[in-house]
Formats: sequence, structure tokens, C-alpha cells
Amino acid sequence: MENKEKMKIENINLYYGEFQALKNINMNINENEITAFIGPSGCGKSTLLKSLNRMNDLVEGVKIDGKILLDDVDIYKDMDATVLRKRVGMVFQKPNPFPMSIYDNVAYGPRTHGIKQKSRLDEIVEQSLRSAAMWDEVKDRLKKSALGMSGGQQQRLCIARAFSVNPEVILLDEPTSALDPISTMKIEDLLVEIKDNYTIIIVTHNMQQATRVSDKTAFFLHGEVVEFNETEKLFSLPKNKKTEDYITGRFG
Amino acid sequence: MESIKKSKFNDTVMQSVFFMSAFVSVLAVIAISLFLFLRGIPAIAEIGFMDFVFSEKWGPVNTPASYGILSMIVGSIYVTAGAIVIGVPVGLMCAVFLAEFCPEGIYKIVKPAVNLLAGIPSIIYGFFGMQIVVPFVRDNVGGNGYSILSASIILGIMILPTIISISESSIRAVPESYKEGSFGLGATKEETIFKVVVPAAKSGVLTAIILGIGRAVGETMAVVMVAGNAVMPLDKIALLKPIRTLTTNIVTEMSYASGLHESSLIATGVVLFVFIVILNASLSLIKFRSSRN
Repeated sequence: MENKEKMKIENINLYYGEFQALKNINMNINENEITAFIGPSGCGKSTLLKSLNRMNDLVEGVKIDGKILLDDVDIYKDMDATVLRKRVGMVFQKPNPFPMSIYDNVAYGPRTHGIKQKSRLDEIVEQSLRSAAMWDEVKDRLKKSALGMSGGQQQRLCIARAFSVNPEVILLDEPTSALDPISTMKIEDLLVEIKDNYTIIIVTHNMQQATRVSDKTAFFLHGEVVEFNETEKLFSLPKNKKTEDYITGRFG
Repeated sequence: MESIKKSKFNDTVMQSVFFMSAFVSVLAVIAISLFLFLRGIPAIAEIGFMDFVFSEKWGPVNTPASYGILSMIVGSIYVTAGAIVIGVPVGLMCAVFLAEFCPEGIYKIVKPAVNLLAGIPSIIYGFFGMQIVVPFVRDNVGGNGYSILSASIILGIMILPTIISISESSIRAVPESYKEGSFGLGATKEETIFKVVVPAAKSGVLTAIILGIGRAVGETMAVVMVAGNAVMPLDKIALLKPIRTLTTNIVTEMSYASGLHESSLIATGVVLFVFIVILNASLSLIKFRSSRN
């Protein structure tokens, strides 16, 4: 049974000044699935990811045309960027906890969105850290600086922080590329565990990671989606020669 | 062989030149400290530490003479606090504007203006204060204009460049990734700046404030021209009343003081020096703590 379509990407073209980074992208992202974007560096996968919560707005000289719909609402025309980013959360390549306590890191989002009540914040912080499977690790040092944690813990904290505003979609931009194998495994397990409640899109350099966690995979090359299919099919029976070359390691 | 010897010799010469140059500033600090303490401490001893620091009676030409500088210590603290109250919010906002919001065209005007502000001699600030700020305070707020308020306003402006440049560079040094993290949670630009960026630049901003305090507490010329310089009994000190600070005490009386009176002014300098040492120590503490994080 196909899941409901959560996000629709329609005829997206994106330019950094004169350079066209994305060429006519069309794709549907299903709810409660993990979609992986793979491809060599500079292929546009991160650019597309950042278009999905309008983080590209922050980059100067970006021009985008086409449509991206979240639950059938145009996120560039009919939605405020702050509302969009609350619904479509993001975890970045390099763990970027704020230089505050673990508690304040997770409470930052809800506070920003107007929750002031201490008991409610406590509840959200615990819930978010539990969802990120790190409550037991950190519950005794919530007041300690987040910068004192290991890279893997920091990244899971960032995931907890993303949970804190109760997003519907979570975008992950190569979330494990800076982490050791054990931390990577923890995060992959976590993603699979939570996908029933979220829609997840992950950009990864690591093809094994895509096969381990994702339901669907899109292969990007030179700003185009070469192939988009169920992960199993894409990796076992690629339809396109370029996909095959990439996944068998002939380039990339 | 000869040339190796020669270059070794040059090395040694140059090294000692570098060393001597480095030593000049150390020597200067030592010489100044020695002068202050050797001349000041005996005066404090003669007057009595408590009578000097904790008495508000200043009458060096009275018989019997009294040398209490408490009123000036409080005066220095008040004008400095006033400068901070005025200079820090304005300076910090300006730094945030320059680092985060300022269009390039405006930056090219504001930034040199701020730098120029730093280069204006204090006598000019004093003149400006005397001719503009003092009458303004007299006509619009009250008193005769020569007051803590006028001194605070002038000092508040004088510390702006310090506060602005150091805060601006520390705000610029905040990693972009913090901002992305905040935007990614749906925060607005203002929320991001005031809840993430400025707190992350905290140690730089604190450094700016302390250097600003240092500048304000040590400023003499501009203050002497706008503060009125009357020695006020503690219970009469008020925002719109004249005030004498540690620095202005020295400059007002140095020209005609002699004997213990003169030494007591040097001793006033000792107290000022202690203030500055405390400020520098807290600066080092901040740097130490931020480098440990």
C-alpha cells in the first residue's frame, strides 16, 4: 500500500546567480517513509533538501522557480518561512548544538514558539530526548553545556532539538558524515524507529546507509534526478546506466 | 666560517633588540607602579587607610586638613555606571546592526564614523559636553547642567567605539551553523540574534563592556569639563548634581598642591590604579573561562 504524499516537488529549477544547481526536479515524498538522496558532491542533493524548508532563502543570489507543496500548500507562496521550518525540521551535516545547556538546547525551539510554562517545557525536553534515545544518557546532566558532549551525542541532541517543535517532516543533511561508526549506527537505528511518526528525507554520501535505512532513493547527477525508485529496486536493478555506474562505484 | 659567525652575531643582536623592545612596556608598567606606590602608600599610611578611603571629608587646605576620597570613589562609580547604562545598549544594538542587518552602503558610512569617534581627543568631547550637553541638561532636565548625568552622557558616547568594535567582531565570529540551527527550528532573525547569536558572543561583549568601564573610569579631561567637580557629601550626591571623580580630583588640584596634599593626590591615583587592575583581572578571568569552553 502506498503512503500518502506529504511533499510534492514540481518543476523545480534553482539558480545560484548564473549557475543552475537544480534542473526541472519532480518528485513526491511519501509520509512515514524515509527517502534518501544520493549522488556525488555538487549534484544538487543538498540544495534540493535545503529548498524543502527554505533554508536557501538565507543564501544570497538564489533564484528558484517551480513549486514545492507541503500537504498541498505552496511553501514558497502561501506559507511563512518560520511556520514552514517549524513543520519541516532540519538536522545539519556538522552537529551544531547551541553553546548552551543540553536542556536549553532542546527547550529553545518550544520557547521560541511561545511555550513558557516550566512544567510543559520539562515535558517536551524529556519527550524529545527520549525520542532521540538519549534521555538516560543525559538526564543527570541536563544543565551541563551541550558542547561538552561527543560528536555523536551532539548530533543526537540536534535530532532531539528538531523533535522539540513537533515537526512533520525531518530533513537530514549527511547527518552522520562527521561521526564514528557506532554513533552512525545509533542514528540509523533511531531513524528507522521513528519513521512511523514522521516523514524523513536524508541526504547521504554513503550508499550503504541509503540501503540500510531508506524506503525510496533518488539518485542525483549534475542537478538532475537521474532515477527515483524504491531503494531495493534502485540498488538491485537500476534502470539507468549512470545510476548503475554510480552505485557500483565506477565514479563518484 | 666568517659569515656563519657574523650571522650568528646578527641573530644575537636582533634577539636582544626584540627582547629589549618587549621589555620597554614591562619596564614602563613597573616604573609607573613603583612611582605610584612609593609616593602614594606613605601618604595613605600617614592619613590612615580608613580616613583616606572611607571618609567623605576632603579638605586638604583646611586646618586640620582632611583627606577622605570616598565621595570621589562613589563619584567615579556613578559616572562610570551611567556611561555603561547609556553606552552599552546603544553600542550593542549598533554592533548587532553592523554585523547582521547593515546594507553595505550604510556600513561604509557608519563604520568609519565609529572609528572616527574613537579618534576624537577627549578635550573635544569635553568641549562638546560643555557647550551642548550641559546646557541641554540644564534646560530640559534640570539642575545647572554640570552633573553626573552630563558626565555619563559624554562618557557613554566616548565608550561607544570600544563597545561597538569589539562586540561587532565577536558577533561576526559566531559560527553560521548556530544561526542555521535556530532558523531551522522556525525562529525569526530577531529571535536568532538575541537568543543565540548575542549569547554566543557573550565573552566578547563582556570584554567590550569591561574595556569600556576602563576607559570611562580613567577619563579625565572630558569629565572635568562637564561634571562640575564639587566634592559632594555622600547624601547629597544626585544625578543632576555636580560630582568629583578620582581622576578629576587629581587634575583639579595638582597644579597648586604640595606636601601631603600632593601625595594624597598621588594616593588617589593609587586607588584608581587598583580599580584598573581589578578590571584587567576580570578581563583575564573572562578570557580564561571562554577559552576553557
